Amino acid sequence: MRLSRRFWGATAVVTTMALVLAACGGGGDTKSGASNADASVSVYGTEPQNTLIPSNTNELGGTKAVQPMFAALVGYRGDTAAPYNLMADSITTTDSKVFDIKIKQGWKFHDGTEVKAKNFVDAWNWAAYGPNGQINEGFFSAIEGYDTVSAKAPTTDKMTGLKTVGDYEFQVTLSAPFSVFSTMIGYTAFAPLPDVFFKDPKAFGEHPVGNGPLKFVSRTPNVNIKLTRFDDYKGEDKVKFKDLEVRIYASQETAYQDLQSNKLDFMETLPPSAIAGGKYKADLGDKLVQGHLLGLSTIAVPYYVPGYNNPDLRKAISLAINREQITKTVMNDTYVPADGYVSQGIEGYRPGVCGEFCKYDPAKAKEYFAKSGFKGKLTIASNADGGRKEPLVAACNSIKNALGVECDFVPATDFGQWRSIVVGKKLTGMGRSDWSADYPSIEDFLNPIYKTGASSNDSSYSNPAVDAKLKQADGTADKAAAIKLYQEAEDLIAKDLPSIPVWDEKGVAAKSSRLKTANLDFRRLADYSSIEVAS
Amino acid sequence: MTQYILRRLLQLIPVFFGTTFLIYVLVWAVPGDPFSGKCGQVACPQAYIDQMTAKFNLNDSIFVQYFKYLGRLFTGDWGETFNGNSIGDMIATAYPVTVRLALIAVAIEAIIGISAGILTGLRGKGFLDNLVLMSTTFLISLPVFVTAIVLQLVLGTEWGIIDTSVSADATVGELIVPGLALGSLSMAYVARLSRTSIAENRHADYVRTAIAKGQPRSRVVGVHLLRNSVIPVITFLGTDIGALMGGAIVTEGVFNINGIGGLIFRGIQNREGATVTGVVVLLVVVYLLTSLIIDLLYAVLDPRIRYD
Repeated sequence: MRLSRRFWGATAVVTTMALVLAACGGGGDTKSGASNADASVSVYGTEPQNTLIPSNTNELGGTKAVQPMFAALVGYRGDTAAPYNLMADSITTTDSKVFDIKIKQGWKFHDGTEVKAKNFVDAWNWAAYGPNGQINEGFFSAIEGYDTVSAKAPTTDKMTGLKTVGDYEFQVTLSAPFSVFSTMIGYTAFAPLPDVFFKDPKAFGEHPVGNGPLKFVSRTPNVNIKLTRFDDYKGEDKVKFKDLEVRIYASQETAYQDLQSNKLDFMETLPPSAIAGGKYKADLGDKLVQGHLLGLSTIAVPYYVPGYNNPDLRKAISLAINREQITKTVMNDTYVPADGYVSQGIEGYRPGVCGEFCKYDPAKAKEYFAKSGFKGKLTIASNADGGRKEPLVAACNSIKNALGVECDFVPATDFGQWRSIVVGKKLTGMGRSDWSADYPSIEDFLNPIYKTGASSNDSSYSNPAVDAKLKQADGTADKAAAIKLYQEAEDLIAKDLPSIPVWDEKGVAAKSSRLKTANLDFRRLADYSSIEVAS
Repeated sequence: MTQYILRRLLQLIPVFFGTTFLIYVLVWAVPGDPFSGKCGQVACPQAYIDQMTAKFNLNDSIFVQYFKYLGRLFTGDWGETFNGNSIGDMIATAYPVTVRLALIAVAIEAIIGISAGILTGLRGKGFLDNLVLMSTTFLISLPVFVTAIVLQLVLGTEWGIIDTSVSADATVGELIVPGLALGSLSMAYVARLSRTSIAENRHADYVRTAIAKGQPRSRVVGVHLLRNSVIPVITFLGTDIGALMGGAIVTEGVFNINGIGGLIFRGIQNREGATVTGVVVLLVVVYLLTSLIIDLLYAVLDPRIRYD
């Protein structure tokens, strides 16, 4: 067969093109190894609930912008949540009561002034001062002199426990030993404030000046907050891109659509519609970002509700919830079953603390339920928005099927109404009680929730043995020994089941295909230092 | 005429006080403590609650609160939100966007709706008439959020013709698809309204007279028929523009447009009386003014109407 000249011509063209394309492809591959350090990145945001001052920011919307603008004494590693000295040069203590803190020299605020020890001392005093009404003032309550300063009409605005020793050194005295203090001070509320803040806090709130890896550019309410890289930053959590836009969305669904079409680069949470049926896995593919949040969901069984002060009933309910199945089918692998009172992945977590009572066993559940003698209907209450309802309805059904008792989900209209019911101790049944750690420590899962009269003690639980153990752990300077004591307290709590551990959040986030890497940290924030933009 | 306008403008005053007070009371009566959910799983510190209560006069009686608010409003101070944003500034950025969106929606309604109405009204029964009838039934039965989300998913995520959300500038080009979603329902009404009106007037005596006089068809339709048939449509469009200026919470939410609707929604959610009342004050004024303009337009369209 004679092949025409045209055929050979065509073959030659095809071959050449294939070679050229392969060469391009190869070039592309080597190129993707580098990242674009001058790129801009956008993240999903919600309108901050308070002014952008570290001591007045406690929710995700504000934290997203405030956290990268400030560098505290201690930072937390993005992957392990382990604390390390960020602005601190050294933090030393012998008794967990007096802490001697030296800070690194040569660090600058975004306005060019140097960060000195007094910037920390002044900021902390200001935050704790009662008339300033800061939302995070409670974080300073461990410091000596807090009570007088935080009073309604304080006689002084300086806590006795704070002493500036030199330009780069200060001393903190606590009112009682508290070993976790050196971890806690990584929380954003403990950030230093520049001198310009104290001249006009209100103007500062509109244009914050921090000492972190990103500095403030502009803010349009309900539209966006823009930050840019601070090139003088000395910390190890430097960012590898130039501009950051926290873009405010009214709806998560819209943000999710934007993310899928690469208009938005990072979302730390997924809308319920994407999680339903595990749709997000197919939608996102390799754009899925998984982390592990330090948060734990429990169902509080309040002691003040008649008939609920009954250990057998608590055991029966806990045994009747099929955690494995619900986290798989209803929550579509965004959570894992909880098996204790501490989130997985934190130092001091041990698997199976809750033991047999956190494992689904309908037969044993029935047994305990018969023993409890409980009559009537069980209810679980929660705000119903944001996908909170579905898992709890499933838990209720699981209880209903296992125990043969009526169980209803009682919705509250929104988070505000829901919390006022819980704080006002007006629950008439069980209630959702979720906790997210502010700082990565086993202590933060126990003290705020299970100590008598603690701020988030939704079950109104009180056990003197637990209180004593927690106090002993707080006062133990040696870290390993302290963790051991906290674990003993957790064991005591697990015996009482004041609330029933149900699920532990994995944290699923999404990135655009523009980003080469992006991680989710334990606070449900993008780990900004991990973000790299493909060039 | 001037007297009429003056009288109408004077009516604004009692309406202004009545609506602002009502809205203020309604927001105030929304159950729940604005600070109960502010601090996550932890109760807010008392010092914080005290400071906010004092700053926003929350301990005063509703009347005192309202008059303090009005007093500030008359000095040009719209107040502040709980998170320290100036409400005046927020309205100033959001309102132009809402106005743009509303005008685009109304333009789409008017152009497509009236032309479809004229075509079908003049031709009477036939394929085109059935087509318009069916498509308007379809549009009327679709809730706005369905139209909006379908447009967003198909044109944005699937085909990539438009952006899935509107940027901060909210240019006219970006607002066309959201405007289409927002105006689709009213567009269907406008089409049907003008169709019926034209079909009815087509057989009116004055039209027959005009034809008998030997006037060209274009003049009979364009001047005699249309001018008289369009009055109910203008009334409808007028009230619609007023309603759309009040923001379109759903459409704004779907396309992430920073408009007035979202501002009111967030205000109610956070129980911020000042935000909601501030926006509503503006809306009431706009609504009253548009209805005044519509009433004056009648006189232009129909020489029988006189305001003396």
